[in-house]
Amino acid sequence: MSRLLHRRRRYMDTAVRVVVSVGGVGIILSVALIFVFLVVMVYPLFRPATVQLSATYPVPGPTTASLGYILDEHQRVGVRIDAEGTATLFAPATGREYRRYPAAAPAQVHSFALGEAASRVYGLGFGEGTAVLVRAEFSVSYPQGRMQVRGALHYPLGAEPLRVDPAGQALTRLAVQLDEDRAGILAWTADGRLLLLQLSLAENGAGELEIEEQRLHTLYTGPPAALTRLALEPRLWNAFAAHADGSVHYYDIAADPPQLVQAVPVVSPGAHITAMRLLSGGVSLLVGDSTGQVAQWAPVQEPHKTLARLRVFAAQSGPVEALAVEYYRKGFMVAAGGVATLYSATANRQLYSMSLAAPLRALHFAPRADAVLYEDSRANVHLARIHNPHPEFSLAAVWKSIWYEGRNRPARVWQSSSASDDFEPKFGLAPLAFGTLKAALYAMLFAIPLAVFGAAYTAYFMHPSLRALVKPSIEIMEALPTVILGFLAGIWFAPLVERNLPGILGMVIVLPLLVLAVAALWPAWRRNPTGREVVWLIPVLVAGGMLSLWLGNGIEAAFFDDNLPLWLYNELGIRYEQRNSLVVGIAMGFAVIPTIFSVSEDAIYGVPRHLASGSLALGASQWQTLLRLVLLTASPGILSAIMIGMGRAVGETMIVIMATGNTPIIDLNIFQGFRAMSANIAVEMPEAEVNSTHYRILFMAALLLFIVTFAFNTLAEAIRRRLRYQYSRL
Amino acid sequence: MMGLREWLRYGVPQLWLSAAAVTACMLMTLGLIGLVGYKGLAHFVPRAVVAFNYPGAEGPRLAGEFVAHERVPRSRVPDAAGDADPIQRSLLRRGNREYVAQEFVWTQDAAIHNLEYPHDIMVLERREWGRLYGYLRGYAAQAEQPFTTAFSHAELQRELQHSSALRQRIDNIERGSMGRINAALERLRIERRRLERRGESATRLDAQQQALHSEFAVLSTRLQTLYAGLRAPRLLLALADDREVQVPLANIVRAYQPNALDLVGQTALYLERLWEFLSAEPREANTGGGVFPAIFGTVLLVLIMSIIVTPFGVITALFLHEYAGHGVLTRLVRISVNNLAGVPSVVYGVFGLGFFVYFVGGHLDRVLFPHMLPTPVFGTPGLLWSALTLALLTVPVVVVATEEGLTRVPQAMREGSLALGATQAETLWYIVLPAVLPAILTGLILAVARAAGEVAPLMLVGVVKLAPALPVDGSYPFLHLERKFMHLGFHIYDVGFQSPNAESTRPLLYATAFLLVLLIIALNLTAIRIRNTLQRRYGTRSE
Repeated sequence: MSRLLHRRRRYMDTAVRVVVSVGGVGIILSVALIFVFLVVMVYPLFRPATVQLSATYPVPGPTTASLGYILDEHQRVGVRIDAEGTATLFAPATGREYRRYPAAAPAQVHSFALGEAASRVYGLGFGEGTAVLVRAEFSVSYPQGRMQVRGALHYPLGAEPLRVDPAGQALTRLAVQLDEDRAGILAWTADGRLLLLQLSLAENGAGELEIEEQRLHTLYTGPPAALTRLALEPRLWNAFAAHADGSVHYYDIAADPPQLVQAVPVVSPGAHITAMRLLSGGVSLLVGDSTGQVAQWAPVQEPHKTLARLRVFAAQSGPVEALAVEYYRKGFMVAAGGVATLYSATANRQLYSMSLAAPLRALHFAPRADAVLYEDSRANVHLARIHNPHPEFSLAAVWKSIWYEGRNRPARVWQSSSASDDFEPKFGLAPLAFGTLKAALYAMLFAIPLAVFGAAYTAYFMHPSLRALVKPSIEIMEALPTVILGFLAGIWFAPLVERNLPGILGMVIVLPLLVLAVAALWPAWRRNPTGREVVWLIPVLVAGGMLSLWLGNGIEAAFFDDNLPLWLYNELGIRYEQRNSLVVGIAMGFAVIPTIFSVSEDAIYGVPRHLASGSLALGASQWQTLLRLVLLTASPGILSAIMIGMGRAVGETMIVIMATGNTPIIDLNIFQGFRAMSANIAVEMPEAEVNSTHYRILFMAALLLFIVTFAFNTLAEAIRRRLRYQYSRL
Repeated sequence: MMGLREWLRYGVPQLWLSAAAVTACMLMTLGLIGLVGYKGLAHFVPRAVVAFNYPGAEGPRLAGEFVAHERVPRSRVPDAAGDADPIQRSLLRRGNREYVAQEFVWTQDAAIHNLEYPHDIMVLERREWGRLYGYLRGYAAQAEQPFTTAFSHAELQRELQHSSALRQRIDNIERGSMGRINAALERLRIERRRLERRGESATRLDAQQQALHSEFAVLSTRLQTLYAGLRAPRLLLALADDREVQVPLANIVRAYQPNALDLVGQTALYLERLWEFLSAEPREANTGGGVFPAIFGTVLLVLIMSIIVTPFGVITALFLHEYAGHGVLTRLVRISVNNLAGVPSVVYGVFGLGFFVYFVGGHLDRVLFPHMLPTPVFGTPGLLWSALTLALLTVPVVVVATEEGLTRVPQAMREGSLALGATQAETLWYIVLPAVLPAILTGLILAVARAAGEVAPLMLVGVVKLAPALPVDGSYPFLHLERKFMHLGFHIYDVGFQSPNAESTRPLLYATAFLLVLLIIALNLTAIRIRNTLQRRYGTRSE
């Protein structure tokens, strides 16, 4: 019986040991999982893209030379356009031909152009000075739950070719764009004229487009060989013409009449332009040349309207043969010298490169950028699958200055989303990191003096009965939810500061002066501190605050037109935002004071008393003892307190969301707001698409916050442990 | 007199400045709590309603409550009346949102004439359009009936009571019986989908469904009659500018004549409004009514979190302190656990969203609720994930407090127990754990206090501005862990910073903030008291 009991007890003992150990280790591991999980979520950003050849087949359709390809979203149907104007619909995965559309007009095709990729429009230029616009249309249906894609060709402006050149010269170069209510055709004629045909369109009752108005302009005349390539901006604002001398002419065609803005040499002397395409969205122009260089150019508005080179990509090993752009993102592929290379324009990042067996004749992305189709000189078509989920990301793109499209100069910008599809996301974390540090800086400026000196006084001078009251109050202060601090800062304090700016700023001077005055007038100042000065100072500080506000109002009325914020802007050009860094600094300072206070107080209180007694016995004053001995001994503890406070300030979220305007700007001005990393995460995370680049970059921001605060706290903890050890030996 | 140098050497000014730092911290803390408390509690006080003549666009006669007074320099007021500088002006809340351009207007005191406190002016708190200030002119019980002008305030109160009883019955039907039928129908629908997925016939469910539908139809007709009775009665009121307007009785939450109230009446009204704040649901996109769902959500969240965090924290602490030995690794782990308390809460939110919601929740949905896809059940932010995230956030707090308690238990007690032949598990259970219980409690209370005030992580893992239903209700399984919920802290953020009607919601927010502050102070003070008792007890015993 007792043996049985004994066995059961031993069994229980082991069971408890196992349960507690497994549980404990499990919980510790699951906490460690946070870090691991964040890393796992961020890691895919750093992985390079992969490209895998999935199919090779002979060119589908007639044996004439290819002009270009178009693919549908799901890569079920491809369209190949050839030199006779025939369009062949085929299966991109196998090369099987579905259907042929012969050219609508039996004229000889002299030129071909693809419109904006997303519009799936192309144009054919003919010998009689006419051109036709064609759109590939794909319809998706789900018979029996299986997806089926049908392709068809459509002539949005009618199958009858439009007359572009009244003189009837052949159109040897072409660029086309079709928007909802307008279309543009830019053409170079065989006798050397650059013509621009602008069409205004309206929908008739049958849902077809009709031409309401057309305008023809001659932009340039020259020898027939002068012009080599054309490009037209999708909204018909700009037009670009590549010349044989290596320059690009940049036309403003939104102006009436259209005008040449600039002729820019875009390649080095001696080289010539071999490829030119607009990136998706049509804002910037990619130019490839015979030396293998690819550069991105875009119009800028300041200091004056001009075509600026945003960036140059790594040189290719031979002349650029083909250039393809993604449908919606700012990615492109270059074929040069037997190598095809995948790039992200914004991040200036080379994502993948593969060697080619033969020179390329055509290169085209699938709409979702998950595949690329290319035709080589041996009349073979290849389909390669691309896995490239995060091209916009690179460490440089996140931290360094980037020259974005539509901007006048390189800048560090955070702008993660916008309404339009072909928007260039701007993932510059620098403004957010700056915002976080700015908030922390002002908060620490406010908190450190109050907390450290307050702690020194509390630990060293304060009467024990008061101390028993102050310590819990500080703990309560620490426990106040930051959402309430943020709420008060944003709703109550920010307007108060705006109305009483001189008075609030003046407190920094008025209050210490008043305290000094009290110290000087205090009758028994030579006696040792009583430890009750805190109580006497309550009315002094309250009165001082009121005095400062009153004085401030008077000064504001007398010197600053009664409105200091407005005066600052008018006279000094300093912008004043109501919810600004000053407000955040004070509110967040309030939040970190208790942390710094408690930890420093512990450190100072822990300094062995006999040290101080020795110092006092040698004739030092109380203050000298505190400053030169106690604080010095406790200084590592105070340092660690400041680090812990800093960690808290860096990660604090609600105060910075509620008490600033949350605009991501880099500006040290104390009267301006900012957008902090933590606030940005809280605001954008719920809306970020799962596993998108944006989502993972937000994870990266979180990981960064984690690492920074964890490192700060660990260092602080190490210092404190060392200090405790030292105290025990004193 | 002593010289300046000696004054400085003695450190008198430095000492006083340091003392001033402490005073400033105390004043800020107390001032903040006082401010929130004052503004929050003042919200429920029935204010006097004034009526006065006022020239200008808003006039000729205005009525309402003054909510703020200020003195501004003349230069900041565009059309200053009189010749005083600065100008004294008052913010008037004049309600009647659907009849006037601006509910809140600044009036210059110098331009106010014939100010009076009309005895018979009435304040209507309404379900829609906020408050209405006006004079009672008549009442009609039926839709087409003319207004009877002989209608006293007392009669109005009786009608209001009747109306609210009617509304209560409607509520009971809608939430009770109809809610049950809807839940049953939903279960049938899911069951049907499940059967169809398996290729079985679902015809045996038809009869059940039919019965539910007919029951529902009966209830609907009864509801329609009730609604007709509720919506018919109307009040006729005259506004301050003598316009006559009609207000359906059903739209009125409360009607009173503030200027006619005596102290008892005012107190009663104060308490009634305070009770409404605590017990009612929000009205008009959270700009009025109460915060009960938010209180409920906060308490439930914290409760579930406590159930999760206590065993986790205690087991970890026991492992670290009693079983894991005292090597370098244990020390490192201990430091790391400590430091997790310093990791920003929003990081936990990100982890909770990515791991719990999308990863764990997504997989749970695929395994447990394949018939619901693509509608997520657990694969979307909700109560359970919020509680787990907060538990993770507060585990360090419990671990640290428990370990501190374990350190305080004298080694002699353990050794004594072991020497008498107890196993380690028995020592733990009978000797150590009882002694360390108060410390665990302290840790738990601190964890709860921290969790109750956290908002940032919740914004990612489950809180919403307006939850359609409480997470606990009468339909199976009663506690709905997958539901989204409301939270006091988030309520403050959301209403304060996203609400279109900032002026009239602000007092409500102060009240909400005060509630949260009170809750957290109470929790912390309890924790502090337990800890102090503990320190005293073991302080004497270990010596």
